[in-house]
Amino acid sequence: MLLLSKKQDWLGNVRGDLLAGTVVALALIPEAIAFSIIAGVDPKVGLYASFCIAVITALIGGRPGMISAATGAMALLMVTLVKEHGLEYLLAATLLTGVFQVLAGYLKLGSLMSFISRSVVTGFVNALAILIFMAQLPELTNVSWHVYAMTAGGLGIIYLFPYVPVIGKLIPSPLVCITVISGLAFYLQLDIRTVGDMGELPDTLPLFLWPEVPLNLETLEIILPYSLPLAVVGLLESLMTATIVDDLTDTTSDKNRECKGQGIANIAAGFMGGMAGCAMIGQSVINIKSGGRGRLSTMVAGVFLLIMVVFLDEWIKQIPMAALVAVMIMVSIGTFSWRSIIDIKDHPVSTNTIMLSTVAVVVWTHNLALGVFVGVLLGSLFFANKISHFMYVDSSFDEASDTRSYEVVGQVFFNSADKFTAGFDFKEAVSKVEINLNRAHFWDISSVGALDKVVLKFRREGAEVEVIGLNEASATIVDRFGVHDKPDEIDKVLGEH
Amino acid sequence: MNTNKLVLACIDGSALSSAVCDYAAWITQRIDGSLKLLHTIDHHQEKALKTNLSGNLGVDGSEHLLEEMAAQEQQQSKIRLQQGKAILNQAKERATQAGVADPVSSLQHGSLLESLAEFEQDIRVLVIGARGKEHEDQENEVGAKIDALIRSLHRPILVTYEQFKTPEKIMIAYDGSVAADKAVDMVASSPLYKGLICHLVCVSKSKGSESVLEQAANKLKAAGEVEVITAGLQGKAEDELCAYQAQHDIDMTIMGAFSHTRLHDILLGSFTHKMLLKTKKPLLLLR
Repeated sequence: MLLLSKKQDWLGNVRGDLLAGTVVALALIPEAIAFSIIAGVDPKVGLYASFCIAVITALIGGRPGMISAATGAMALLMVTLVKEHGLEYLLAATLLTGVFQVLAGYLKLGSLMSFISRSVVTGFVNALAILIFMAQLPELTNVSWHVYAMTAGGLGIIYLFPYVPVIGKLIPSPLVCITVISGLAFYLQLDIRTVGDMGELPDTLPLFLWPEVPLNLETLEIILPYSLPLAVVGLLESLMTATIVDDLTDTTSDKNRECKGQGIANIAAGFMGGMAGCAMIGQSVINIKSGGRGRLSTMVAGVFLLIMVVFLDEWIKQIPMAALVAVMIMVSIGTFSWRSIIDIKDHPVSTNTIMLSTVAVVVWTHNLALGVFVGVLLGSLFFANKISHFMYVDSSFDEASDTRSYEVVGQVFFNSADKFTAGFDFKEAVSKVEINLNRAHFWDISSVGALDKVVLKFRREGAEVEVIGLNEASATIVDRFGVHDKPDEIDKVLGEH
Repeated sequence: MNTNKLVLACIDGSALSSAVCDYAAWITQRIDGSLKLLHTIDHHQEKALKTNLSGNLGVDGSEHLLEEMAAQEQQQSKIRLQQGKAILNQAKERATQAGVADPVSSLQHGSLLESLAEFEQDIRVLVIGARGKEHEDQENEVGAKIDALIRSLHRPILVTYEQFKTPEKIMIAYDGSVAADKAVDMVASSPLYKGLICHLVCVSKSKGSESVLEQAANKLKAAGEVEVITAGLQGKAEDELCAYQAQHDIDMTIMGAFSHTRLHDILLGSFTHKMLLKTKKPLLLLR
């Protein structure tokens, strides 16, 4: 069964995968170069990484048809590490990142993605798009007007070329943009920055190398603060992309296998002189759009990329940065969720707050992990706050027996515990108090503590207190949901006991 | 012994589907079981419907792409859904005419293998045509999925080849193996074979197979419901069996299937696969 699905994953769509893989490879080259520049390393580091990560995720990843390579999200996290300690420490950090990701795969942490709400995902992609765009700005400041003209022309080609009949849908427009602008710069002999000015390109196939760092605790201390966020951001973007590809192709993927695949790909990248990477939202969408579905498409993208950069390095050096900037602006526009801006006026304030905070934190810190953390935290707080509204305390008085009966209805937990306490009237002097919990649910120790306090207080006032239905109400305080999450058990716990 | 009563017929609307339906109806009536007609709509999600190599990403590119792809697939799926329903209704009518009380039809999305894995627990016997729609006109081929299907499903499978003919003479390909003994036990105990003439055929490289053959024959005779004829042949099993089949006008052959490991079959070729290719009469395969 497994073998069969594997064969289908590889050979189910050969023609489509070959074409799409080629289109993606052509788009990966400018991206890998641009992300290397963001990270502050030679373009070859990003190109080797892209080759390595694409090929390995094609072989062992959990989501066929998804494109993984060197990415902007990861590059942004390495900037200071490269600046302060150099490339070798980046390679070591890449290895450690891979190890963390493999561990995450074995610990099945992929399921934690369910805590990340849609607003956080939107915030993530918007922040990523903004950061990619911002990273292009240095190429657009203090330059001659030629660069602006070329970038604008490049964007024009990228967006308008697809409307040319027949060839518009056969030749990738970013490739046309790069070719035309390079040709123009070459013809006019313009003195503008080219890829060759940004550092070394690969001239050989990648070699296996152990990073030249001392193997001691000091090294670990340097790379750990980088590896952890790298691992987190890599998995976040990879799993988000996997979900997007799942939706687009109406198929499923193995998220935990994807975590392991990403990890092993990063370990390999570290050994081959490449920077850490992850899945790419934009490229994966381009792959699907171009007709790529199987593992072959990712494999072709990686292999074709390497062949081209190794054999065409003299040509790639001539590409003006303006062409690259145009491609990257397209990636940034394509990654941004423009609909989310329109949605702001319809969505609840809490949703917008989560999305905008995620964006703000990321743009401020350049760390997507922090943004997601803030987003998830805010999301949980808002949720707790909403749920605590679903609680009230009703009461009735029986004169004959001088008894005040309270009925608690709804969810009692840390956030609603104060509201719970406030629902009782301690000023009223009665001889008997009855607290009926038959329609209440106690979710944690805070709520039980609040109840204890209420009972104690009434007793101090001299009232006799009777609590009805506590055991059933507190049945929801469980750490592990075993039998509790079967439908009839849920009815028993949450029903009108 | 399998006490399930469900006969599952795989109907894909190809030329063999009517034969599949007839055989399934015959078995259902003989064992007093229930008949389920299954048609699956395989969307082939591993293939792209449309390609656009422009390689650029517009505003909200992935959302637009999703809408576009969903719209394309919706069109296609609607047509397939209608076709599937029509095919199943036809088969249902045919089964009812053949005398099956109330056949159930089931239309499923996804691949046949996935759907069968879901039903496997309840299946008594699965009936399927040797060639599906894709291989309809290739007389000497078997469908691409048949091998994988027989390997993955641990239930008796009847593979049909041509139009229905009420089986009167059946043949057990007996080689003394566990699977072959199981076949003998099944024939001895199942109501399906009551009153049929059963040829117990053993092909061996040398003489000396008579004693095992005799034992098996006695077992069959003891059950008393079938007429037993034994034959010991020599030569290449698949050739001899098919020759015997033609010579004695056998209507159905029963044999164990894929008892070797996959590696053995890759290196030496699988006997079951050769039989599947060679035979012209229905094959009942036991796992």
